[in-house]
Amino acid sequence: MNFEEHAAKPLLAARGIAVPRGALAQTPDEAAAIAEKHGPVVVKAQVPTGKRGKAGGVKPAATPEEAGIHAKAILGMEIAGYRVEKVLIEEQLPIERELYAAVLNDPAAKSPLVLFSTEGGMDIEEVAAKAPGKLRRKPVDIRLGFSRSDAGTLIQGLDLGATEGKVADALVRLYEAYSGLDAELLEINPLIVTADTRVVALDCKFVMDDSAVARHIDVARAGTPEQLTGLEAKAKTARLKYIDLEGNVGVLANGAGLTMTTMDVVRHYGGRPANFLEIGGEAYTQARPALELLLSKPGIKSLVINFCGAFARTDVMTQGVIEAIEALKPELPIFFSVHGTGDEEAIRLLKERLGVTPLPTMEDACKAAVEAAKTGRR
Amino acid sequence: MIVRGTDRVLVMGITGKQGTFWTERMRAYGTKVVGGTNPNKAGTQHCGVPVFATARDAMAGAGFDVAVLFIPPLMAKDAAMDAIGAGAKGLVVLTEHIPVQDVMYFVAAARERGVRILGPNTAGAVTPGECFAGFMPAFNERVFRKGAVGVISRSGSLGVLFCLNVVQAGYGISAFVGIGGDPIIGTTTRDALVDLDTFPGTEAVVMVGEIGGSMEEEAAEYARTMKKPVAAFIAGGAAPKGKKMGHAGAIVMGDKGSYASKRSALEAAGVTVLDTPSDAGAALQARLGRAKRPGGGSR
Repeated sequence: MNFEEHAAKPLLAARGIAVPRGALAQTPDEAAAIAEKHGPVVVKAQVPTGKRGKAGGVKPAATPEEAGIHAKAILGMEIAGYRVEKVLIEEQLPIERELYAAVLNDPAAKSPLVLFSTEGGMDIEEVAAKAPGKLRRKPVDIRLGFSRSDAGTLIQGLDLGATEGKVADALVRLYEAYSGLDAELLEINPLIVTADTRVVALDCKFVMDDSAVARHIDVARAGTPEQLTGLEAKAKTARLKYIDLEGNVGVLANGAGLTMTTMDVVRHYGGRPANFLEIGGEAYTQARPALELLLSKPGIKSLVINFCGAFARTDVMTQGVIEAIEALKPELPIFFSVHGTGDEEAIRLLKERLGVTPLPTMEDACKAAVEAAKTGRR
Repeated sequence: MIVRGTDRVLVMGITGKQGTFWTERMRAYGTKVVGGTNPNKAGTQHCGVPVFATARDAMAGAGFDVAVLFIPPLMAKDAAMDAIGAGAKGLVVLTEHIPVQDVMYFVAAARERGVRILGPNTAGAVTPGECFAGFMPAFNERVFRKGAVGVISRSGSLGVLFCLNVVQAGYGISAFVGIGGDPIIGTTTRDALVDLDTFPGTEAVVMVGEIGGSMEEEAAEYARTMKKPVAAFIAGGAAPKGKKMGHAGAIVMGDKGSYASKRSALEAAGVTVLDTPSDAGAALQARLGRAKRPGGGSR
């Protein structure tokens, strides 16, 4: 789950990392009123994506009038597919140095990784590519955590002068926030040093582990809901994982891997998958709502139903599919491939109730569905 | 980690619906299930084996080698730490949606103590003719006939598909290793490849990967050094960028973890990369010769 800057910064502040003063505005008038309190400000588009500055979504304003004008221009902008509906109005600070700090999950090392660089304010992947020496890394044993002395070692010899202690404190607090909030990524770019030697988080990117949301219900309320199409939202309510695609061959399979593979094989035979929809894991009992959802998608010309039962029982899934087909009586051609746990019963059910025999392999089923989508015939 | 018929298995969360269903099947197949856990039902019997409060108690009571976890996500870390602390040799963590920081915690503890972990979010492991641990249709002869091909897969359903294709082509399975679909897992593709390379019953390996991460690239480095032939399939070539496709692991950002990157790394290491799952048969034939087993194969 992504958190926009305005939702992430208070979480840092609550853990002792300084952030600029400011407030959220949804209209130019609100923006101007907030600017009134803070003197020169920065107007920042709030969307769950980076590169806001390059898109013109971040503008300094010397006066409240100017803040209102910038807010008017930025509100309603589209940045990386997101419409800007809120702007963060923050005090301008005298920037002496721009640093970079982050904590993230590192799948290769299977541990948290603390990153620090004196080259803040830039895209950190650029820093890593162009000047890898400028990016310091500290893999963390999650059982021990990240101590003040770990932080000291990480920033040693970087010429931070009098602010070294404050930067080390900020790093320790950042790790505590990462740990306490079940972050996948918590990044401050830039972490600035001001002319009066304060250390302040000028921006913040926070992604919470979706699997941990259940133990942070209150915090998660401030997160940004995923942008979903109508069918995707309907699927989510039904606890199904569904993604809309542009093609015309509908795909229903169990398990993420098998579903992706079914899409791949449809593509391999020259077809275009219409969707990703899987009913693996505990969702295998949800075949009926899943298929009903898929059949409501306009433009689908044919359908592949590909079941390979391990945990998911193919007989249970097939029963659900048959119920959906009997209820909705779809006209489009449907091709089955059914193997694994419960397949004998599943195949018997299909013959008895629908008079259908599954094709011998999933390739056969995908090929037939691709052909049918092209010719419009069964 | 390859499970063996001699491994004594503890089923954690044995009394739940899935724990019960799969314990019965594991026992029927020949897995040496010696007990289960449920703190509220300690001292009772379930599926014909004793129930203990904790893995520590089970170790003191029945003794076990491998713990199989049918435990809800937010309780999985404690159960895994219990099993590791008890002295388990290996863990099969079936649970999906365990918070990643919890996974990193027990994976670190396991690594320190030399405990092997399959998963999280794995469908388990099968050694045909010996035993299975988890929820795979090991008892289905069309999918898991005994033979000489090792299969590695993140996903259970894809694992079934590839084992089926190997068997339909006239070969058999020496061991199936489900490594799990989570972004951080105990046994990587490379680790599983090493296991199968040193497993005497295995003559060739079919490796089923997915877009996202860098495990297939790391496995390719090891495959380069192997004498046993390796074929690979990478799922997700048609997946759109930046979307999570169910498995949290299967997400592509930019070119990292892309289909093209994995395919070229594997091909450069001499691995046969399959376009579609049913190509597995032809690839094995090219590398192993015709299946020796008489009467095998429907095509």
